[in-house]
Amino acid sequence: MSDTPMLELCDAARYFDVSRPALQRLIAGEGKRILRAVDGVNLSVPKGTTLSLVGESGCGKSTVARLAVGLYRPSAGQVVFDGRDLAEARAASDQRRRMQMIFQDPYASLNPRWRVRDIVAEPMRAFGLLPNRAAEEARVAELLTQVGLSPLDGHKFPHEFSGGQRQRISIARALSSNPEFLVCDEPTSALDVSVQAQILNLMKELQSRMGLTYLFISHNLAVVRQVSDRIGVMYLGRIAELAPAESLFRRPRHPYTRALMEAIPDLDMTGRVRIPVGGEVPSPITPPTGCAFHPRCSLAGPRCKAERPELKPAGDAMVACHAVEEGRD
Amino acid sequence: MSGQNPLLEVRHLRVEFPTRRGTLVALDDVSFTIAAGEVLGVVGESGAGKSMTGAAIIGLLEPPGRIAGGEIRLDGKRIDNLRYEDMRRIRGKDIGAIFQDPLTTLNPLYTVGRQLAETMTTHLPITPAEARKRAIGWLDLVGIPAAAQRIDSYPHEFSGGMRQRVVIALALCAEPRLIVADEPTTALDVSIQAQIIALLKSLAREKGTAMMLVTHDMGVIAETADRVAVMYAGRIAEIGPVRNVVKQASHPYTVGLMGSIPPLDRRVERLAQIDGAMPRLSAIPKGCAYNPRCPKSFARCAQDRPDLLPAGPTQAACWLYADGEGAKNV
Repeated sequence: MSDTPMLELCDAARYFDVSRPALQRLIAGEGKRILRAVDGVNLSVPKGTTLSLVGESGCGKSTVARLAVGLYRPSAGQVVFDGRDLAEARAASDQRRRMQMIFQDPYASLNPRWRVRDIVAEPMRAFGLLPNRAAEEARVAELLTQVGLSPLDGHKFPHEFSGGQRQRISIARALSSNPEFLVCDEPTSALDVSVQAQILNLMKELQSRMGLTYLFISHNLAVVRQVSDRIGVMYLGRIAELAPAESLFRRPRHPYTRALMEAIPDLDMTGRVRIPVGGEVPSPITPPTGCAFHPRCSLAGPRCKAERPELKPAGDAMVACHAVEEGRD
Repeated sequence: MSGQNPLLEVRHLRVEFPTRRGTLVALDDVSFTIAAGEVLGVVGESGAGKSMTGAAIIGLLEPPGRIAGGEIRLDGKRIDNLRYEDMRRIRGKDIGAIFQDPLTTLNPLYTVGRQLAETMTTHLPITPAEARKRAIGWLDLVGIPAAAQRIDSYPHEFSGGMRQRVVIALALCAEPRLIVADEPTTALDVSIQAQIIALLKSLAREKGTAMMLVTHDMGVIAETADRVAVMYAGRIAEIGPVRNVVKQASHPYTVGLMGSIPPLDRRVERLAQIDGAMPRLSAIPKGCAYNPRCPKSFARCAQDRPDLLPAGPTQAACWLYADGEGAKNV
């Protein structure tokens, strides 16, 4: 493993203009409305490891995934892929093929009118990786076998497969251009638990065999614990806590991380009363001042309302919280 | 619970879907009971028949699906063969329903107050003014801040979590004795989910309402249900007290299902997985439907279909427990 991280986000941000049409705005006398989906995120994913991002809906984790593969350009800051600016890397097809994405919905992400062998072969055709038809057929068969399907499945259409099998097809397609970096946006959340276990096992197996680097997006902390080396907890477009997986679970530091863990139903403690976090995620268009979590936080003080906390080291973790910094936790 | 008649009794329920290529059996010989104040969790993979069971009970099976056998009794009275109008009166008054998607349950053109008041004046002998007062009370009870002001808001003015609270208030406001909740928290974030579950639980306890909670989230079940039914391919594979089903399951399918849940408290190198997938309705294997995937199957499993048999504290539809002593063959 070399020292250059596979992916680095330096103060990356992505804003969306959600204003009403100009004329209506003029009549109503209101300004532009900007949604800060991702607002100054710093992270790096070392080669061969898995970084996971967790958080509730609307926290910006999927936007980070799209920034990471270049589906969105950052509004500010920089995305660096293996030492080069992502936009520049994406201009070169030999760089572009090194990154692939697996999407959440295996029903929507496969073209229903294509046969599986065409779906899987598409990235290789696009990048011109194979000399002839015979080589392509052999490679598709190899890929399908690799993800636990039969080479004969190549002749079928996506509708002939169950959700779990379709997600295997998505993985085979993602692997076909020999990528080194996979961005997985909720790859198992549309699947049943028994199938989820199959897919997670497969992804871990492929990682150890091929040395893949994963950016893994999920809202499920238990899933994230199984696959991650490091975990970032996001809240309203910013990272609240970034820590090695084991230490995050052993000692969650940020009050939001603790609240998230507290909120998970626990199989072992049947009948336990959990303490729900009050309130809801605020709108990212008009985020609260200071720390975005302060209206729901039990440790909030005057400083939390006024000043936005930055990510600072706390033990082996990075935490953006005044209370943790001041030792009030 | 013993000695007392159950509030809901489902006996040998069979639901069929006639298609051009023959009849599909979606539910086959499903039997269970729910007592007043009890929460029965129903779990299983997609397509196992959980939601279908709920839909059959509230009389909202999608045509061409129909009840082809068995009976459903509410408080001793059969409700599966009622005319549409009679069933409509029971729905809402005696049985409340909560569905997964709060946006499709609410009418976007009416204020939430109007929807609540209308439900109450339809089913309860009260005046519109009284209904409005009670509507505010219900919104307050389900945790909507400033209920008196929010009552004249439209559904789109609420967030997802708040909307699901409105749906719950709507299901509860006519004070039904049974609530069928189909994935009530699946569309919500964990922090909101915890709030909703806590709410449902306290309401069931305080008002003695029976609840059938359909979900694929085992954590929610472990936390809320008194008993659990595990469904597989249109049948109940195992049913019993929640602790026993979750922690010491008897049916190999339940064992596999519980084993495949990623643990939160530790990292495992490889998750237990059940190989293969649940069969389609058109190709349910002979004998026990689970036998091709079952690590413990033997000759009889491929021949005869097992019914629910006593297996320790639970009941399991599995030939391992054929001699009544269970553990011996395992």
